[in-house]
Amino acid sequence: MDIVKLSAVEIKEKILKKELSATEVVKAHLNRIEEIDKDINAFISINKEGALEAAEKVDEKIKNGEELGALGGIPIALKDNIVTKDTKTTCGSKMLENYRSPYDATVVEKIKAQDGIIIGKTNMDEFAMGSSNETSFFGPTRNPVNTNLVPGGSSGGSAAAVKAEEVALALGTDTGGSTRQPAAYCDIVGIKPSYGLVSRYGVVSLANTLDTVGVFGRDVSDAALMLSAIVGYDEKDSTSYENPTHLVVEKDLEPTEYIKGMKIGIPREIYLDQIDKRLIGVMDKVIKVFQSLGAKVEEITLPHLEYGLSTYHVISAAEISSNMARFDGLRYGYRAKEYSTLDELYINSRNEAFGDEVKRRILMGTYYLSMGLGREYYEKALKMRTLIIDDFNKAFKDYDIILTPTSPILPFQLGKLKDEPLTKDLTSIFTAPVNLAGLCAMSIPCGYVDGLPVGLQIIGDRFKEMNIIKAGLAFEGGMKNGI
Amino acid sequence: MVTKEQVDHIAHLCKLKFAEEEKERIIHEFNVTLKELEAFNQIDLENVAPTLGVNKHVQRLREDIVGPSLDRDEVLENTVEKQYGYFKLLKIVE
Repeated sequence: MDIVKLSAVEIKEKILKKELSATEVVKAHLNRIEEIDKDINAFISINKEGALEAAEKVDEKIKNGEELGALGGIPIALKDNIVTKDTKTTCGSKMLENYRSPYDATVVEKIKAQDGIIIGKTNMDEFAMGSSNETSFFGPTRNPVNTNLVPGGSSGGSAAAVKAEEVALALGTDTGGSTRQPAAYCDIVGIKPSYGLVSRYGVVSLANTLDTVGVFGRDVSDAALMLSAIVGYDEKDSTSYENPTHLVVEKDLEPTEYIKGMKIGIPREIYLDQIDKRLIGVMDKVIKVFQSLGAKVEEITLPHLEYGLSTYHVISAAEISSNMARFDGLRYGYRAKEYSTLDELYINSRNEAFGDEVKRRILMGTYYLSMGLGREYYEKALKMRTLIIDDFNKAFKDYDIILTPTSPILPFQLGKLKDEPLTKDLTSIFTAPVNLAGLCAMSIPCGYVDGLPVGLQIIGDRFKEMNIIKAGLAFEGGMKNGI
Repeated sequence: MVTKEQVDHIAHLCKLKFAEEEKERIIHEFNVTLKELEAFNQIDLENVAPTLGVNKHVQRLREDIVGPSLDRDEVLENTVEKQYGYFKLLKIVE
């Protein structure tokens, strides 16, 4: 048995049936990392001792006949912007190269409480600003599908680690598509939950009104298992939601059963000029799969979708500039060696430790928040956000899910768009509006074109995670059955 | 259009500094982006309410009970200079 090829659900079952020990599972994955991560660079740090210790505890519980948590013995990776007490949390930046958090994020506490095994922290675009993992201070991550390609970003390390069978599950974050786009590029499943479903306490903020913690798995059931383990109200995050949604999936139904009675909308606005034309053919096939599963598929309109990317750009930059002010070289993070005034301490520390992309976004955000300069754009973007939300609200009155490609462009060669931040921003055109509206969405593999993986985005209404999970299970099953 | 003086002004506000050639690149990117943002003018936003966040639920209150907090020594481990259990700063008041 090749342990690393097992799904998270299978690992858990085998541990419960005592066919495998958690220690065996963890060792197999650590060996896999040892063998392959030099080619992928998915990890910034590995917590070997901690992982083996946690595995021993799980094995002890099994031995004593104690009940095991929902993630019992499953190896899990965390994006390195989720704080952990045991290991450094770098955010992929020189600024936090040696930062050690004095506390665990709420999602980390939840994983530990449910016997999940945290293997290590994954590479990412610096402070989650990027969509290719090329802005990391620790070097780019490579796509396990083809190491010449970027893995997507900003949670590219987490997506690559899951695809490369270094872990079974991983957490990322998703502010404008940072879980869904790397999931698409690495040919795995990624879910961005509704805003507020998962606590953000201990997740280093990028843009507070858009940030969510996302999950990765190699199939829908695995991703759903990861998500169900971390949801819930947290008094430490006032934006978290005490939600009655129980993410319980009926297992092993026929694909048609999962999708029964669902109405699906395809926004006509997705067929834009900048879209890779090969994706149009893929979308046609996707629509046929859902139709043959018995779903009703209709064209819909989201008239303000075309303003989504610009709206996202302004709002996220503004929130970024405000969030990044905390990195001042005083309390934590990098401090410049040379300065003679307090102002120089701030400027030199920030200048020496932030990469170009981070500086670009802070600068633009500061512009949008400055009276008399870009403030007007910010105020318009806040209003545009309302119209985008209204569009989705109208659509979800009649439809259960909405489908789009996850990214309008396919995975690209490493280095190809390195100096073209504006082109790279385009990858978020279908994902960012979902964050603006606080909705949930999944990226699910839907085949390859010319050797490049394609992700389908399934969007659901706020807190209707079950709709996207069911649709994902139906689609996955339909594809497996060769529909 | 964004000018070099404006870039200098904003850079000062957010405590960053840029080399001259970086400023050129930034001004170019700014202007491309701002041109795209002109599309906002196609839509009548006059009577649209702004969205500041998507959570509409009422914030809850709790009893003001003192609970455990972060450990002072652990927190201070991340700073470069500390003294008497505090972050040490440059002298800023004469």
